[in-house]
Amino acid sequence: MSATLDYPAPVAASRDHPATVTPETEKTQRALIDASTRVPVILFYGSAIFWLLIGSLLALVASFKLNEPSLLNQWGWLTFGRVRPAHLNAVVYGWASAAGIGTSLWLMARLCRTPLRHTKLLIGAAIFWNIGVLLGILGILSGDGRSIEWLEFPNYASFMLFVAFGLIAVWAILMFRFREPGHIYVSQWYLLAAFLWFPWLYSTANILLNFQPIQGGGQGAVNWWYAHNTLGLWFTPIGLASAYYLIPKVLGRPIHSYYLSILGFWSLALFYSWNGMHHLIGGPFPAWLISASVVASVMMFIPVITTAINHHMTVRGNFQALKWSPTLRFTVFGAMCYTLASLQGISMAIPSLNEVTHFTHYTVGHAHLGLYAFFTMIMFGAMYYILPRVVGWEWPSARLIRWHFWLAAIGIGMMVVVLTLGGLLQGLALLDPEITFMASLDYTKPWLFLRSISGLLLTAGHIVFAVSFTLLLLKVGATRNEPTLFMTEQDRQPEPISA
Amino acid sequence: MNRMPVIIIGVFLTFLCSWLGLVAYPYFNLARYTPVVDENTGDINPPPLSGLAERGQLVYASSGCVYCHSQQVRQVGYGSDLARGWGSRPTVARDYMRESPVFLGTMRTGPDLTNIGARQPSVMWHHQHLYQPAVVSPGSIMPSFRYLYETRKIEGQRSAEAIDVLPPDNPPEGYEIVPTYQAEALVAYLVSLNRNYPLPEAPEPPQ
Repeated sequence: MSATLDYPAPVAASRDHPATVTPETEKTQRALIDASTRVPVILFYGSAIFWLLIGSLLALVASFKLNEPSLLNQWGWLTFGRVRPAHLNAVVYGWASAAGIGTSLWLMARLCRTPLRHTKLLIGAAIFWNIGVLLGILGILSGDGRSIEWLEFPNYASFMLFVAFGLIAVWAILMFRFREPGHIYVSQWYLLAAFLWFPWLYSTANILLNFQPIQGGGQGAVNWWYAHNTLGLWFTPIGLASAYYLIPKVLGRPIHSYYLSILGFWSLALFYSWNGMHHLIGGPFPAWLISASVVASVMMFIPVITTAINHHMTVRGNFQALKWSPTLRFTVFGAMCYTLASLQGISMAIPSLNEVTHFTHYTVGHAHLGLYAFFTMIMFGAMYYILPRVVGWEWPSARLIRWHFWLAAIGIGMMVVVLTLGGLLQGLALLDPEITFMASLDYTKPWLFLRSISGLLLTAGHIVFAVSFTLLLLKVGATRNEPTLFMTEQDRQPEPISA
Repeated sequence: MNRMPVIIIGVFLTFLCSWLGLVAYPYFNLARYTPVVDENTGDINPPPLSGLAERGQLVYASSGCVYCHSQQVRQVGYGSDLARGWGSRPTVARDYMRESPVFLGTMRTGPDLTNIGARQPSVMWHHQHLYQPAVVSPGSIMPSFRYLYETRKIEGQRSAEAIDVLPPDNPPEGYEIVPTYQAEALVAYLVSLNRNYPLPEAPEPPQ
């Protein structure tokens, strides 16, 4: 039983695996591959969790400032207009990207079925990446921020990130070059695509907006092409790759449909990349440019529903596994929120609805539904699966994991609900010129206070997770022979999967 | 899909397509504007910024004003921008030819500032408002930008640039509050924001 749970038959590889390989050899091979990823994965994960804590702290400061503007207002480096972008960049580059890279490294090694090569490249990349994020956050707080949403880092910081990313991209190509021959699993398509798209995206946007800025009229388009594609072509593929790997892995059954995976992948590549201009509806841009993005946004229905069906059908009949597996609970929560966030995003691109939600906190709620409820929860799920395998120690406490899950789930649920309601009231008030502007602001105030409370819940969850991670690294607790689950084997009635 | 080249070429082509549409097109068509000379008045539109205002644009960026204030007046049918008196016409790409970075914005926790210089031309009002927003504009949740101002001991006469600060933020007896160079620059930029000039591609809508 525990062996199956620990290392179920590799779904990805099953098609082409030579029959001569015994399960024991496979298990040893996987253990070798996992061990080879130890240092870079722990570096990326550890720094990601550090930036998650810093990002949460910055978020709390920014959020409480909207409730009480006189809070900490004597220092320029803590003014709202700096703390807010510092929060965004800390969580986007410090946390989400680093967690995504850590997850990708491990997935790539597993799926290429080869121990990780050129570890030094990755260690170098992790160091560059973290120096870049540190310089960037300090730069924003000290007044060097560029006020270009998602690209606030000053040039000296974004250059470091680019170098780090260059090293990772070179490494990724080398990994694929030396992979074991055979089937290329759906997670690998997404990872390969993300690792090719992001450097192109990041360099184009930084050159045209920060190094050799073009005229303002063009900047808006490039800005939102970048910002939306960072979500769509960087975080989304990594999140989906992780879900596509972990859901079948934990359940020990294959993905429902190979053809739906293909459809989902190519329709995402084709449509997501055109979405960005829906952030500029009504703005000073040619109508066709905006319309193209609105159409592409609506077409996102295809990849979203395809992936949702594929994941749902894979889990169907095994939902009770969510009761015992932390990895699955976080991952399925994230996968469901991917569908929700995407459907909400599609609706927000429709001009008549956009007229209400544009320029309001509704959009902020949507951003957190995407980057937190979907991506961050999937990353937590991946970390719960990967870390014990690379550290060689099981999670010390199921209770801590349970606290983490509920604080995160309730916190993000509350945040999205209150920002959505507050944003709708704000948007409807802004639409009516008879209502004063100040009244539109007054409508949001109670909701913004509740948002701060939800932020406290999330931060508490992050602290619990950081404690859990530290205990794991220190190998605290009793030696366990099987994964730390929410329920012990005796509690599980009936058995979720057959041994 | 077991063939790497198919995946790589597909990934490359789909992305190239959006790069051409959403980056190359704006680069060649939305970022190559020249100013227009108004035949009636001889004015150059959009007008160039003064040196101080250009400096203020950077203060605006480093203070993160864009996270609460947009600078775009949308067309009729997209919100109530014109009805709120935020501009006499919708803004177009040429309006932003001198802006870098551009502050179009995505949030209106505060009002749109496209034409704040036309609505509030008073330099003193802006200084007071930046120093004590909630006093000047009751209900506002804008932070005070007092770190851009100095509290100075009055030597002889009160200086001409000192700002009138109302209680409870007023300085102690014998002291005055004066703007730093950064505050002067920021306000110069704010009062320069006036895009109510005519452009051939953006006629004022009929009232």
